[in-house]
Amino acid sequence: MTLVLEAAVLGILTGGVYALMASGLTLIFGVMRIINVGQGALVILGAYLSFVLFRTWHVDPFLSLIVTMPVMFALGVALQLIFIRPLTTDREALSVLVTYAIALGIEGILGYIFSTNYVQLRAWYETASFAIVDFHITYVYVFGFLLCLAILGALFLMLYRTTFGAAIRATMLNRTAAQLIGIDVDRVAALAFGIGMATAAAGGVVFGITNAFNPGSHYDLISRLLTIIVLGGLGSLRGAVIAALIMLVTEDITAVVVSPVWASFAFFVILVAVLIVRPQGLFGLRVRDRI
Amino acid sequence: MSLLEIAHLGKRFGGVVAVDDCSLSVAAGSITGLIGPNGSGKTTVFNLVTGFIPRDRGDVVFKSQSIAGLPPDQIYGLGIGRTFQLARIFPRLTTLENMLVPVRRAGWRALLSQRQWSHEQDRAMEMLESMDISQVAGTLGGALSYGQRKLLELAAVMMARPELVLLDEPAGGVNPVVLERIADHIRQLNGQGVTFLLVEHNMGFVMKLCHAVVVLHQGRVIATGKPHDVRANPAVLDAYLGA
Amino acid sequence: MTTVLRLPALKPAGLGLALAAALVVPLISDPGTASMAVFITMYVGLATAWNIMGGYTGYISLGHAAFFGFGAYTLGLFLVHLGLPAGYEPFLLVPVAGALTALLAALIGWIALRTRAATFVIVTIAFMFMLQLLAENLVNLTGGGAGLGLPVPTWGGDFFAIPFYYAMLALAILGVAVSWVIRRSKFGLGLLAIRDDEDKALAVGVPTRAFKLAAFVISAALVGMIGGVYAYFITYIYPQFVVDPLIGISMVLMVFFGGLGTLSGPVLGAIILEWSQLQFAYHFGASRLYLIFYAAVFLLVIRFLPRGVVPSLADLVARRRHSRAAGPPGPARDSAGPPPVSQGLAWP
Repeated sequence: MTLVLEAAVLGILTGGVYALMASGLTLIFGVMRIINVGQGALVILGAYLSFVLFRTWHVDPFLSLIVTMPVMFALGVALQLIFIRPLTTDREALSVLVTYAIALGIEGILGYIFSTNYVQLRAWYETASFAIVDFHITYVYVFGFLLCLAILGALFLMLYRTTFGAAIRATMLNRTAAQLIGIDVDRVAALAFGIGMATAAAGGVVFGITNAFNPGSHYDLISRLLTIIVLGGLGSLRGAVIAALIMLVTEDITAVVVSPVWASFAFFVILVAVLIVRPQGLFGLRVRDRI
Repeated sequence: MSLLEIAHLGKRFGGVVAVDDCSLSVAAGSITGLIGPNGSGKTTVFNLVTGFIPRDRGDVVFKSQSIAGLPPDQIYGLGIGRTFQLARIFPRLTTLENMLVPVRRAGWRALLSQRQWSHEQDRAMEMLESMDISQVAGTLGGALSYGQRKLLELAAVMMARPELVLLDEPAGGVNPVVLERIADHIRQLNGQGVTFLLVEHNMGFVMKLCHAVVVLHQGRVIATGKPHDVRANPAVLDAYLGA
Repeated sequence: MTTVLRLPALKPAGLGLALAAALVVPLISDPGTASMAVFITMYVGLATAWNIMGGYTGYISLGHAAFFGFGAYTLGLFLVHLGLPAGYEPFLLVPVAGALTALLAALIGWIALRTRAATFVIVTIAFMFMLQLLAENLVNLTGGGAGLGLPVPTWGGDFFAIPFYYAMLALAILGVAVSWVIRRSKFGLGLLAIRDDEDKALAVGVPTRAFKLAAFVISAALVGMIGGVYAYFITYIYPQFVVDPLIGISMVLMVFFGGLGTLSGPVLGAIILEWSQLQFAYHFGASRLYLIFYAAVFLLVIRFLPRGVVPSLADLVARRRHSRAAGPPGPARDSAGPPPVSQGLAWP
């Protein structure tokens, strides 16, 4: 029983990371109606940036965020302006290809610079842990979880308490209406993309501490993120968070109860079951074109 | 004989009651107008009847058969066609191709048979000629003028010979010349036995075309009858001018 | 984009020549080139098949690698468990692999097509990864990560690639033929209508779910058959190399590059891109650089030729033709009287 409990706790802790990355992804979809399949690669990029800072100057991964988040934010805005904004026709389909291209390009460049060997972010305190009931929890997992909570909290605060956040939500609900009331939707889109990138940077740090990674890791990562946001409902932040937790807890419990091999499969089964009943996901809206 | 019976139809969107205990009937062979101030639920009624949104309450009976809950393509197959408030055609297909999309019976042989299809093409060209838009048969839908689109939309809907056609603002957004042509076509088709239910704001259009008028206000029917009677009805005047 | 009624009557001479060339080429080339020809023809078939769904209906499937891999494993498992002699008989099982892939696609499509376009893309990716997981974890059946070995064909040496080339060519021709028949039919027009405005298509009686599912199944069956032939060709298959996202994305890119929804677009796109990729791999080895190459091609195509090579070329030719004609420029494809079946353009 304690094994299951431990798995559940671990699931929640690691779920935080996926919640953070998935929320960036679903935000981008909500505002721009594009599926950024490059989100995984950008997370890995963030992880490598922190890795470089760690290797050259021994900067603690969490502290490296002070540098990497603004850098990734700027990069995100630049990517949006250069590659995404020019897309006018067939936006949804082409954006998938464009972002996939960006992901491949990043994978290629990272592979060229760092080779395909697995690396991991390290911290001097990484083996320290504390005990709860019958099992141990390592501090890094907790720090990572707290970081994700903090950033997600900041994200929600921004969305629901600031004017800029209101502008984002307005654009998500109805782009044309938002334009009509004077919101610069292009600017909102670019900034939303930047925010998505910043969350990727943070996600990269936590992911990189808890997993060994290489440039090819983005495939597995993006497939999980995409399925999370579909389960949660495209464009719904609260859906992304809840779906991420469901995914990780299910996986970790399945790994313990059944076998690690079938862990991720269990999640897919849940996804399919939900889609049969609710094609729009848990919190998604049934979208009909104007009738 | 009533072709279409709407009985106690109800629909709400969250807190907004769009259609509230709406009951009306459309006589076979008639041109019936559905009027009412903006927001009275007219297009919602259309969407409910044609299966685009699910109803909360009530029933829709077409030729003595309940069609509530059926999907739009099956409803078209049963003989109810509709046009949209903003004329919708397929922009990347030509005018003629637009005419050939409508499906009345979806059997696989019908869908892949070339001979049947060349019959359809001939019929389509005839219909385009009767609508006076055959000269743009090879033009992409996206390149047509708005008036041409409206005519095309109506012509295409007629391809499968529906018995009842719901027209959503047929007079909207077109100049008086095209307006007259549309009215003529409606009269002509009606003479051939097609029943029309049209939503319209252009009162002149409604008055001279419709045999009967139904007035909707805040989702309910507040008056029915001949056009001139309805126009003089104090409740109707109140709905349009009041509050 | 030109559609069914604007297809010119097939130019028999031109096509006949291309077909003759395709039939003869492998017999006069060295084994290396013959091998290349197998891969190029494979992608012609894959791109054409994918286009039936993605190009005609507009529903982009990024998980088609699932069907490729399923076809590969189906054929492989049949061969391994039926103990067939490794001669030409296995080719007879290819249609069986296709039929089974069709069944899988019907199941997946029934679930995936409940969603709209954006979610559909992701759901197809999800199903692909599910299939990859199944291939890796059902070890007793598929051999798991250690792979599955197929019986090695009895012919070998310099001649090895030739029968596979003809098999791939046959499937590619089948794919093009099916695409052509569909486009000339009311079914095909319905698919294009779905792509333009799905709700309007519903309103005029198009049974959109049935149509989308049919296109999806046909597309998948073709891809499955190609996967089967591929498995026999490479004789040893691993989960991640047949249920391979890169194969899935390549066929998509080739169609976008050539021209989404056209007939010759996927063919041209596949030939050009696969040939380039093979050259790249040959000269630069299997370094990560080819990923950057792919990415660059992608981005350039989308930026400058968003509609693809064939429609852009067709536009160019049409514009030249208009400016050369004395008359004033009118709306595209205007016509007096019945619409011409042939527009005089190279068939799109």
